[in-house]
Amino acid sequence: MTDYTDKIKEIAKRVLAEGKVDMVIGFRAGTVPMMNQPHYAASAEAVEEMIWDSNCGLNLANYLTDKKGKIGIIAKGCDSRNIVTHVIENKIKRDQLYIIGVPCTGMIDHHKINAMFDKEILKVEESGDQITISGSGFSETVSKQDLLAENCAVCTHRNPVEYDELAGELVDEQADVDQYASVSKVEAMTADEKWDYFDDLLSTCIRCYACRNACPLCYCPTCFVDESRPQWVGKSQDPTDVRTFHLLRAYHCAGRCTDCGACERVCPMGIKIREFTKKLNKDCKELYGWEAGLSLDQRPPLDTFKADDPEEFIK
Amino acid sequence: MKNLLEHTGIEPGRLHFSWISSAESTKFVDVVTKITDEVKTLDPANKKYVKTEPKVD
Repeated sequence: MTDYTDKIKEIAKRVLAEGKVDMVIGFRAGTVPMMNQPHYAASAEAVEEMIWDSNCGLNLANYLTDKKGKIGIIAKGCDSRNIVTHVIENKIKRDQLYIIGVPCTGMIDHHKINAMFDKEILKVEESGDQITISGSGFSETVSKQDLLAENCAVCTHRNPVEYDELAGELVDEQADVDQYASVSKVEAMTADEKWDYFDDLLSTCIRCYACRNACPLCYCPTCFVDESRPQWVGKSQDPTDVRTFHLLRAYHCAGRCTDCGACERVCPMGIKIREFTKKLNKDCKELYGWEAGLSLDQRPPLDTFKADDPEEFIK
Repeated sequence: MKNLLEHTGIEPGRLHFSWISSAESTKFVDVVTKITDEVKTLDPANKKYVKTEPKVD
């Protein structure tokens, strides 16, 4: 995917020069390997810093909320779906945006790569579908397919759904992937096993809220966890409070989550946070036939009413 | 809502939803009585998601 970089730079420079946009939101290299940073480029010099590789997993739609002016944005499949969600939720206008679509072949999981080596990783290079990871005294080349982030491995919307221009040829969508394999596994457990599974999953949570900050859906001016009058949820490390935070965070994403995986990517403890939102995504698909962010013309299921909405749960 | 809570291990039968108008006092009584009766039959050992005194290791 590294060959998109030149095309992205060319398009970004052109739209800036033509005055179509005031800035372009993309990525630049981070200070440590595999940690690309979001980058706002408003000049041709700033565009030069832009890059594109398999470490661009953050969701750039997160940086659009309530922005003024005309904005160019680089969008992979999931970013474009979150841009659609933003437009539907009136957080940005479609005509403010110039979307540079990037057909994506998946992003790599830095948690997975860090876990493979005892030593510090100093360099991660990409060539075609091979990733070379090296540091002091070691170097290993691995197929990108084996390093994909879990959400990318089961992604069925790699191509952007909404764009003004593409930075590359559209890629084949993955078929034959079971998006909800991990959910089905938990569904098969007894209530006790489920409880213990999630207790274990959340046991390392430090309540840093990185998952919330990275999520393009979390744009409330004041988040419920930060409010103190009233205080909706305890701020302690008590397992009850931790679980309450994660459940409420997930419910806020119901019918909106595109499974971009930004929450898991930024979690410093490597918690599989998607286990919550995945279940809601699965329910949304089964109950309403809905996947978030696929169309600008359709209202989400949770803000529409139909007489035949499922209602078995209510008595 | 019910699905995710039960997915994360809340015992089925502990979570109830009902739509009751402020004018439906008798329905309210019926529903609450039914819920308390049902919940009482469940094993108290499965009572979870209740904040207690902090654990001391």
